[in-house]
Amino acid sequence: MPVRPWRRAALVPCWIEAMEDKYGNLRLKLLASMLSFSLVPLFIVGLSLYHQFDRAYTTKVQENLRALVEDRRHALDLFFEERISQLYTVAHTHSFDALCSPTTLEHVFDLMQRRSKYYVDIGVIDQKGDHVAYAGPYALKGVNYRDAEWFQSVLLHGIYVSDVFLGVRQYPHFIIAVLRREGDRYWILRATINTDLFESMVKAAQAGEYGDAFLVNEKNLLQTSSRFVGRPMEVPPIPAQPRFNGSRVMSLDIGQRTMLVGAVWLRNVPWMLVVMEDPQEEFLPVLQTRSLALILLAAGVAVVVLGAVFVVNLMIGQLQEADRQKALLDADLMQTSKMAALGRLAAGIAHEINNPLAVIQEKAGWIQDLLEEEDVQKSENFKEFEAAVTKIQQHVDRARTVTHRLLGFARRMEPVQHPVNMNKLVEETLTFLENEARHRNIEITKELQDNLPDVLSDGAQIQQVLLNVVNNAIDAVEKDGRVHIKTSYDKDLHHVLVEISDTGPGIPSDVLDKIFDPFFTTKKLGSGTGLGLSICHSIMTKLGGRIEARNGPQGGAVFVLAIPLQHQASVG
Amino acid sequence: MDGPPYRVLVVDDEADFLETLVRRLERRQVEAVGVPGGREALAALAERPFDVVVLDVRMPGMDGLDVLKAIKTRWPLVEVILLTGHASVESGLQGMQLGAFDYVMKPCKLTDLLPKIELAYERKCLREKASR
Repeated sequence: MPVRPWRRAALVPCWIEAMEDKYGNLRLKLLASMLSFSLVPLFIVGLSLYHQFDRAYTTKVQENLRALVEDRRHALDLFFEERISQLYTVAHTHSFDALCSPTTLEHVFDLMQRRSKYYVDIGVIDQKGDHVAYAGPYALKGVNYRDAEWFQSVLLHGIYVSDVFLGVRQYPHFIIAVLRREGDRYWILRATINTDLFESMVKAAQAGEYGDAFLVNEKNLLQTSSRFVGRPMEVPPIPAQPRFNGSRVMSLDIGQRTMLVGAVWLRNVPWMLVVMEDPQEEFLPVLQTRSLALILLAAGVAVVVLGAVFVVNLMIGQLQEADRQKALLDADLMQTSKMAALGRLAAGIAHEINNPLAVIQEKAGWIQDLLEEEDVQKSENFKEFEAAVTKIQQHVDRARTVTHRLLGFARRMEPVQHPVNMNKLVEETLTFLENEARHRNIEITKELQDNLPDVLSDGAQIQQVLLNVVNNAIDAVEKDGRVHIKTSYDKDLHHVLVEISDTGPGIPSDVLDKIFDPFFTTKKLGSGTGLGLSICHSIMTKLGGRIEARNGPQGGAVFVLAIPLQHQASVG
Repeated sequence: MDGPPYRVLVVDDEADFLETLVRRLERRQVEAVGVPGGREALAALAERPFDVVVLDVRMPGMDGLDVLKAIKTRWPLVEVILLTGHASVESGLQGMQLGAFDYVMKPCKLTDLLPKIELAYERKCLREKASR
């Protein structure tokens, strides 16, 4: 008798784990493909719509800025035009002599100031550069400008507008000078204008929290004060722009933020108007649209993900159920073919043994016949011969019981209905297992109810179930223990009950409801197919009975087979 | 059972079994002849009449059931008892349908077989009377 491997070493529900793994992978693959097929189009549509809107809005904002810059340029040009015209008119309607008289100049200055407070002072300079007449708050009369750059420029061009300078007053201003030729002599009318007075015209273009508007000259020096980029005469952080026609709109990084910058050169003075806008403010509607789009996208994604998870779970569930059904069917089929093969083998062996047994039986019978003769009976060993032959007969009988049982076991046909005495069936089944139990020092005890009614069922199939369950019980006990088998009759349900209890470790409660699943095994991986109990379950169901498992009050597992006296469904 | 000795033909391919069974039957005042196969059995029957045939089902050459068919066609009054190493109900039932008197599973005790042979002989006598 070979030593059996230790079989209940680990409680590993290996089928469950392997299958969970398989379904997990499938679930991931399905989810990934469903999500990618639904999310990619969603993102493409969302992004392209947003991009389109963004571009349209950017164009609109730029156009607005361009219009604003050109409008302001127009106003400023008009302003300078008016100032130059005013001086030009004064210079050409008064003679040098008339203006040199302080009262006339004061009068003219007063007239000019009456309508607009742009002018700081006004003065007349003769052709030698001497400041011959002056009206204004400062004592500038008598100053000579012959060497000043602007003096030469006026002589050359007739009209001159200076850049902004701080001058002696440390206050930003600029001058406008007009040349008057009177016969063979010429003189210059010069006026000073404070920048702050027209700065408001520039500032009218600035908008928002970070908006800015200012003028720069050809040397890229600020001509008016700006909100953020510096004071007059400072260099603003924008690249110098050589004079160009029309207006420009560009994006520039100023400090920490990207600003939208519109620039245009004035016509009458060499200054450039710069208007800066904060795109953050201008694009607020776009940003709001983006947040809304993001929220909608997130909601869409959530719906898609939830839907995908729901659908995949549904599919996996159905697949699992189908697999379970298939496994049961497969297990049934496998068991059937296994039993058929086993049956053929058993039948072949039994047949081959029966023939020599028949010969032995006949030979022993012959010897017995001969022993009846008179002279043999006188032999002193007659009694020994007779005893030996009787023993041979007895053991042939014993061997015959075994081979006939083998053949009975092999005879597995379609479910048949014969009267089966369960007590007899139990006894017969146990003879198969008694040796095994004895080797492992396991005691098999029986408690068989007298007068047990016969059941009309398939004895061979019930025997198979019984064999399986008792074999499991012996495996569970391993060594030195007891397997107890009890038969009884349930009068109410008309069931014959067979209860098999063991002194093994019992069934862990978390797997108790799984033990009849196909491929569930508590035996070490590779040593059990896990088919036994599921087959038992399907056989018992087919026969109209049931099989149940629980743990006994003193530990150990208890299996109960219930066989109906008569199975209605299988009749006919 | 007293009366005129009846004749039994035993057909089995196992020579040891055949020889011993024949000898034991003879010892019990049964006129028995043993042959090792189906063809020999048919030849023996053609040569002289037998009352009962004890026929092994599984034999090399001619199968027991075929021999049974041949006997029942040519000598319908001869009774046949099948010997089988199989406990297969099918071959037993099949044999009964083909007209065998009974079937016995190997290994069998002579004390079980002999009463069946006697019963078969009785039936043969009854049928002979009826057919007369």
